[in-house]
Amino acid sequence: MTLAPPPPASLTNAAVLRVDGLRVAYAHERGAVRAVDDVSFTLRPRERFGLAGESGSGKSTMALAILRMIKPPGRIEGGEVWLEDVALSRLTDEAIRRLRLAGIAMVPQGSMNSLNPVVRIRDQIADGLADHGGRLSRRDLGARVHELLGQVGLPSQVADKYPHELSGGMKQRACIAIAICLRPKVIIADEPTSALDVVVQRQVMETLGSVQAGLGAAVILIGHDMGLMAQFVDRLGIMYAGRLVEVAPIRDIIAAPRHPYTRLLIDSLPSLERRGTLRGIPGLAPLLRDLPPGCAFHPRCPMAEERCRSDKPVVRPMGPDATVACHLA
Amino acid sequence: MLGYLHRNVSLMVGVVLLGILVVFMAVGALTVDTSNAQPLSVPTLLPPSWDYPFGTDRQGRDLLAVMVAGTPLTLWIGFVAGFIGVGVGAVLGFTAAYYGRVVDTLIRSIADIGLTVPGLLVLIIIAVSLKGSLTVNQMAIVVASLAWLNPTRTIRSQVLTLRERGYVEIARLNGMRGPEIIFRELMPNLLPYLAATLVSSVSAAILASIGLEVLGLGPVEAPTLGMTLYWVFFNAAIINGWWWWWAAPLVVIVMVFLGLFFLTVGLDEIANPRLRRAA
Amino acid sequence: MNPLIELRDVSKSFPVGTMGRQRKAALDRFSFALDPDRPRIIAVVGESGSGKTTLARLLLGLIEPTEGEVRYKGDDLRALSAAGRHAFRHEVQAIFQDPYEVYNPFYRVDHVLTTPVRKFRLARSAADGRAQIEDALRAVGLQPGEILGRYPHQLSGGQRQRIMVARALLLRPRLIVADEPVSMVDASLRATILGSLRKLHEERGISILYITHDLATAYQVADTILVMYRAAVVEAGEVELVVKSPQHPYTRLLIGSIPRVSTVRDWAAEQPQVERNIAATGCNFADRCPAAMARCLTAAPALFRTAPTRAAACFLYEDSPLLPPGEVATVLAPACDAVATTVGGEPEVADNI
Repeated sequence: MTLAPPPPASLTNAAVLRVDGLRVAYAHERGAVRAVDDVSFTLRPRERFGLAGESGSGKSTMALAILRMIKPPGRIEGGEVWLEDVALSRLTDEAIRRLRLAGIAMVPQGSMNSLNPVVRIRDQIADGLADHGGRLSRRDLGARVHELLGQVGLPSQVADKYPHELSGGMKQRACIAIAICLRPKVIIADEPTSALDVVVQRQVMETLGSVQAGLGAAVILIGHDMGLMAQFVDRLGIMYAGRLVEVAPIRDIIAAPRHPYTRLLIDSLPSLERRGTLRGIPGLAPLLRDLPPGCAFHPRCPMAEERCRSDKPVVRPMGPDATVACHLA
Repeated sequence: MLGYLHRNVSLMVGVVLLGILVVFMAVGALTVDTSNAQPLSVPTLLPPSWDYPFGTDRQGRDLLAVMVAGTPLTLWIGFVAGFIGVGVGAVLGFTAAYYGRVVDTLIRSIADIGLTVPGLLVLIIIAVSLKGSLTVNQMAIVVASLAWLNPTRTIRSQVLTLRERGYVEIARLNGMRGPEIIFRELMPNLLPYLAATLVSSVSAAILASIGLEVLGLGPVEAPTLGMTLYWVFFNAAIINGWWWWWAAPLVVIVMVFLGLFFLTVGLDEIANPRLRRAA
Repeated sequence: MNPLIELRDVSKSFPVGTMGRQRKAALDRFSFALDPDRPRIIAVVGESGSGKTTLARLLLGLIEPTEGEVRYKGDDLRALSAAGRHAFRHEVQAIFQDPYEVYNPFYRVDHVLTTPVRKFRLARSAADGRAQIEDALRAVGLQPGEILGRYPHQLSGGQRQRIMVARALLLRPRLIVADEPVSMVDASLRATILGSLRKLHEERGISILYITHDLATAYQVADTILVMYRAAVVEAGEVELVVKSPQHPYTRLLIGSIPRVSTVRDWAAEQPQVERNIAATGCNFADRCPAAMARCLTAAPALFRTAPTRAAACFLYEDSPLLPPGEVATVLAPACDAVATTVGGEPEVADNI
């Protein structure tokens, strides 16, 4: 792995997390498949950053790569992730393990269904606390568990329950409680509400928001629902075929998306204002092992030109907060 | 296929072990005089030599001829009992699981109760109550009388999980009825599983038949592997140091069971994709 | 004339708990009838556990009601003759949520298309059957050459779900029950699949019961809507009215919870969260309802007809006339004409492929 040079001092102060040229590849029968291709972005303290894209666009892989949790046949090919001024690639496995939860916490996809069914919620939270060297007396532990449950809006009786006694929304909040038990600086939530009904989704997102505000942590929200992004995040990154094709503050990206894919993704959300406006995105998401030349989106792009078929667009800055990878922007 | 065997090591070991036995039986049948497997055919109690590679026993049998004649007999008992067991088990298991309700309760209860009774005890009672000495085929039927219990139960539970699949509902919407759904939709997906069940039933049946025979309840006239062991014990061959008498059947029996065991594990891997090794 | 399909006071409950002694109602005294001569698209919207999937399975005869009857052209489904059942299967078809589970991995995808042709004798000859299958695939925007002969795992979720639409189409049914047909499909493909359902309705006069948790797609696809909450209908009527001015507090909560793509954060406003204990006889929603009155805790409201084309089950509207059970469909029926007049023609679902 190549070591990136230390970041300039100005940036370390501005960013809690900085992803720099991250690349992840999976070994495949016919050569390597690049699931995350040269992705860079920064996360400011307390910022809510969204990562959206269709299934297979590489958004979940990127979350795992940030935490160095990619398992073979996958491999981090290059790039660096900085948590404040610590370069994660230089840490030992043990240091990385301690960093998960304490530095960067993850609420993985489907985590509410991965709670241990035969262990009480109290003990599952306590495991998180103990796992990472937090030595607490029984009393302190109990107090901390109750404090955490309170933070995610659960009554303290929940501590004595088993997962099957809780509703989906309560389980998801318990997962958030486990994730924040060591006061992380960054919370990565991968589709935290995908299995929940909209009413519960709203409550869980409100919980996540209040927890984040209380901790002063930054959040990366991974998902495909542009409506959820619009209502929750401050800045949004759009992934397509492993690349971050557009990043912009949420209002700007919704009012005036620069990338045609972003436009289509926003339009594909069914409106509640006007009927007869349901639109899809033409074509199918490309297979990562068989990407078209030039811009990977050009076969589906309504605005594609000749150069889109041959030249891969580079990521260009568009003002201080935004980037885009499109010839036409 | 060869590539697959290479990845599925258990299946390959099983096939090779059983293949050696098949070659031994085939070559033996062509070259060895199997009438020497009867008593008083050859000189008694000779250790292995050039003329009698496996030695001879106290009653004047050529142990090589006994192995060549007896191995297929033992396997035959196992296969007949195993096939009957899985056949009956499949019919009952499919019926119980697909139709449910009273039919299911009835079949499941009978199988569950049957499984709690020690099998060998029942077999002993059946074997003893039959008049006179058994033939090989009667032996197979006796063993088969209990061999359907386990397959019924396991096939039923497999069908229960398959029955809830979406494609069964689509089949119903496509106008299919019970028996057709069982045969066209469920059965093909259970074939590897049925094969694995068959192999394990065969080995269970062989074990049961050997158990009965060692107790002297088998076909006295036939030189099966179990009966050979019965004569070993009857004549106290182990204490008397006539090692070749028990060595030959023991090696064959171990090969049969190891072969069938590895075959089951290998077939399980095919039937259960979660165990399948990554390509 | 008898309705094509009719539910009369249907309840369905399932055993719950370790010993299965208690029973949980999945559908509670539900009545509904579908007029065969007036094809329409009705959305049934509710969260998980609201009873919408139970309703679908009852309508399809895949499960039997605990109480009440499901009737096909006047006959109880349980008492249908073999010929009657055959006709029922022919006329009432389904599309399910999971486009993976519905394929038998042992067969090529052709299997789900050739089986109905064979079982319902749809074709005069093998060539005719093949032609019909190819027509059905083209009608849902698939190229037969790219689809036939493949195994399910070789196709994408969107392709597989469209084959399921083609399968239903092949039988030329009068009603298609579509249970969450797009919830497992990428957003970009939803429009295409819902568009082909809408097209089936418009071009072939097939009624569609679109069952979903997603009110926004229901609004785009359906003419009329039933909102369900905990085993019962809470609001029903013309979709434009229900979505634009919801009457039942639950519908309001549901619509308020949908995250909208907008530069305005209307979602951030905290919603009133109430929790209270209610009697078993009370309104199902009273424990969460911001508008609950004392009587809601002990008595359950029936549906009140608040307008010619809508009804709500809430005491807030008790001045309106009661809608007799079994006449839910009358609220939905005139809606077809009403949509045509108020919206000005059939809304179209854009289909970009």
